Amino acid sequence: MTEADGTTVELDLTQNHFELLGLPQRFRIDPGALSQAYRRMQSALHPDRFARAGDQARRLAVQGAAQVNEAYAVLRDDGRRARYLLELQGVAVDEERETAQDPAFLMDQMELREALEAAEQEPRPLEAVERVRADIDARHKALLQTFEQAFGAGDLAAAKAEVLKLRFFERLRQEATALAERLEDRDLP
Amino acid sequence: MAYSDKVIDHYENPRNVGSMDKADHSVGTGMVGAPACGDVMKLQIRVNDAGVIEDAKFKTYGCGSAIASSSLLTEWVKGKTLEEAGSIKNTEIAEELALPPVKIHCSVLAEDAIKAAIDDYRKKGGGAAEVAPVDEDSGAA
Repeated sequence: MTEADGTTVELDLTQNHFELLGLPQRFRIDPGALSQAYRRMQSALHPDRFARAGDQARRLAVQGAAQVNEAYAVLRDDGRRARYLLELQGVAVDEERETAQDPAFLMDQMELREALEAAEQEPRPLEAVERVRADIDARHKALLQTFEQAFGAGDLAAAKAEVLKLRFFERLRQEATALAERLEDRDLP
Repeated sequence: MAYSDKVIDHYENPRNVGSMDKADHSVGTGMVGAPACGDVMKLQIRVNDAGVIEDAKFKTYGCGSAIASSSLLTEWVKGKTLEEAGSIKNTEIAEELALPPVKIHCSVLAEDAIKAAIDDYRKKGGGAAEVAPVDEDSGAA
């Protein structure tokens, strides 16, 4: 696509999110490179640059910008990036239809939630919540590392099993944050 | 999304919340989780020598529909045999609570939880006095 000023933007709407932003297709991502690629594409596709372009070029630029936004949103989020990588390999993660039954994992989840509940009753509840949250974050991080290793080794079944555990941690983190905020409000004079 | 009156009733006054001793041979424990939303459900049953569920307890971290589904299920399984309890379908729970389609998975979770609890009880050799169900696993590869 050629803009009014003569520079050319390579835009292929069949590219996947990694290709679109010119990043290697793997779990590990360089956040700096990601936001740089995003800004470069957004500025190249900015509507102002297409003010005098033809209808078709303008439409293509709008479509391209939307796709770049979506690519950025997916790739910057660890969980979404992991699911997307599996999707690109043809592994569907149908979370609606799956139930998790791994007893050790679920027992851990139960205990983390109970620990969060109990934290509220501690003499210094906010500190207790932060301790539980640090534990949750460490486990979440370990989970993502396990995913990265499994996916890198081509063990897609194992990678999928880790992805199916992600939502539990995302949920726990939300609840820990909500609880911390509630406790902070309560401590206000 | 509007919850039905029955869901709200179970959510506000959950029946049989609590825990039993997992190590007790007359207790079966079922744990399940929903990867879609991160809900976790624990359902426990106490079974007597006649193979009848005498008591049931649950603990659910999740949305109102998940809590209501497990609360209702604990009410239903009390006094039932393991076979009867194991044949409860999620559709019966969803219908009783008038769950909307997006919350059907909460009732699936409850069905899976009671099945897991029954499995756990049987695996522990609980109720050894009762006639063991025919094991259909022939062991053939």
